Amino acid sequence: MRKKTIIPLFIGCLVIVGISFSFMNKHKNDVTPFKPDADNAGLKLPVGFGANKVADNLGKARHIVITKDGSIYIKLMKVVDGKGILFLQDKDKDGKYEVQTAFCNYGGTGITIKNGYLYASSDKEVFRYKLDENEQVIDPANPEKIITGLLAGRQHQTKSILLDHEDNIYVNIGAPTNSCQENDRGLESKGKVGCPILDSAGGIWQFKANKLNQSYADGLRYATGIRNVMGLDWNTQNNTLYVMQHGRDNLNSSWPKLFNTKQSAEIPAEAMYMIKKGDNAGWPYVYYDTYQNKNILAPEYGGDGKKEGSKEFINPIVAFPAHMAPNALLFYTGNMFPERYKQGAFVAFHGSWNRAPEKQAGYFVAFVPFKDGKPAGEWEVFADGFSGLNEVMVPREALHRPCGLAQGPDGSLYVTDDVKGTVYRIGYNINK
Amino acid sequence: MKKIICAAILIIGFLSNSNAQIKKKNIVAKTPTNQLAKGKILYAKHCVVCHQADGGGVMGLNPPLIKTDYVLGDQKRLINIILKGLDKEIEIDGETYANPMPGLSHLSDQEVADVLSYIRNNFGNKASLISPAQVKVIRASKTK
Repeated sequence: MRKKTIIPLFIGCLVIVGISFSFMNKHKNDVTPFKPDADNAGLKLPVGFGANKVADNLGKARHIVITKDGSIYIKLMKVVDGKGILFLQDKDKDGKYEVQTAFCNYGGTGITIKNGYLYASSDKEVFRYKLDENEQVIDPANPEKIITGLLAGRQHQTKSILLDHEDNIYVNIGAPTNSCQENDRGLESKGKVGCPILDSAGGIWQFKANKLNQSYADGLRYATGIRNVMGLDWNTQNNTLYVMQHGRDNLNSSWPKLFNTKQSAEIPAEAMYMIKKGDNAGWPYVYYDTYQNKNILAPEYGGDGKKEGSKEFINPIVAFPAHMAPNALLFYTGNMFPERYKQGAFVAFHGSWNRAPEKQAGYFVAFVPFKDGKPAGEWEVFADGFSGLNEVMVPREALHRPCGLAQGPDGSLYVTDDVKGTVYRIGYNINK
Repeated sequence: MKKIICAAILIIGFLSNSNAQIKKKNIVAKTPTNQLAKGKILYAKHCVVCHQADGGGVMGLNPPLIKTDYVLGDQKRLINIILKGLDKEIEIDGETYANPMPGLSHLSDQEVADVLSYIRNNFGNKASLISPAQVKVIRASKTK
């Protein structure tokens, strides 16, 4: 009697294990194994890491997302042949991905996958496309419009998007000016009283991820006083939103009596904020001074480079050097990289322009170790060499500029470049 | 008598020499090299942070000044950009540039002329100099 039940149970277990193993294998087999190029794609990486170029010449490749079988979606800033999203696969497993299909008629920056949908943004709207079980778009020509009518100025107009685990979507709406001056970037031009644009820009807005045709009235200004964000991510350890702000420019050219060119090149910080609902980071009234390590009153609002700003404004959780242009943020949850990288933050720095005549900075991917949502060490350069130069004096000489980050199902890290449209894959080479 | 002649010669010599110096100075002030040298200093102060040391601008944001129609073409339009700024998206060689440029009307006619002459004869550009008189006329006119 006992034997009779144990044997079928045993067989049943075997079948279940076998089925789940074959499913696991199916996905595993689909992902191209990581293999670095001989020159690590020209990148300088920590010991044990390698890189290869998985695609090239795609156009202005902005944000990127990887499916569970290792296929790639990329959002293009500007349409190529009328298409703004590329879908790539590596069918012959030679390590190089080829464009399989291209769709969507708008340029933009944001792209992400959540709950069976691909979400993508233009500079004014957010769309979603239903995915099949392989996370491939079912009907590329007919997306659902989730959000519409967002403000898009001529600066900071791109919309980055992120979903949490409760069907909310977060959208950055960048402020269309440098510092809310009467005369944008003008000489000694004062800030507008009450900076009216903050009611529709200069913050992060929250919408429902599954409701159609939402606009400002349907959304919530989740956080304000954030000049412009391109990199944002959800930290799953403390279930909290983190964003990377592009800090203000032109302290010297607008306020030459208060700031010299060197100060202007080195202030303010590119700030990482941990964002709670209702937070105010203080733009345009304050900027975070990299020398004094505090929020300083902006010259447009009566500041002199020393007066401290109001205490109501939050402080950064990490302060990076000025003007490096953080275009993507990713908390690493993979298993490929060594333990210290787990839960840590990768930041893709597009590279500066507002440091001239000083040499430019950034043009690399940085890493900050994290534990339980708090930095657990100093930031460091993780991947460098994108520019192909020893030092960048002028931005146009940079051969590549990091822009988007994504984690593959095997734990490798993908980096896009929007100059040549190159996609890098960085992996940890255990055998090396 | 000899002394007087010597002194007279010296005085004449001094006067003619100082005359020549004044004359020379005037000529120097009008030479292209001098205008371009002054323009270079002004460029470093007012322009380089956006348009960069090589005049190459910044992708998508600040337009390049290298062999573009905006720099080499219509001089009135160019002078107006410096005086009034440029607050619209423009396209150069298929790339769009969107950052606003504030007007620099606080610069004198001479300074505008110097910096524009420098830009028009640097970064691979070769074009005529801009005179302060041209700037004065455009500054006075109300047309955009």
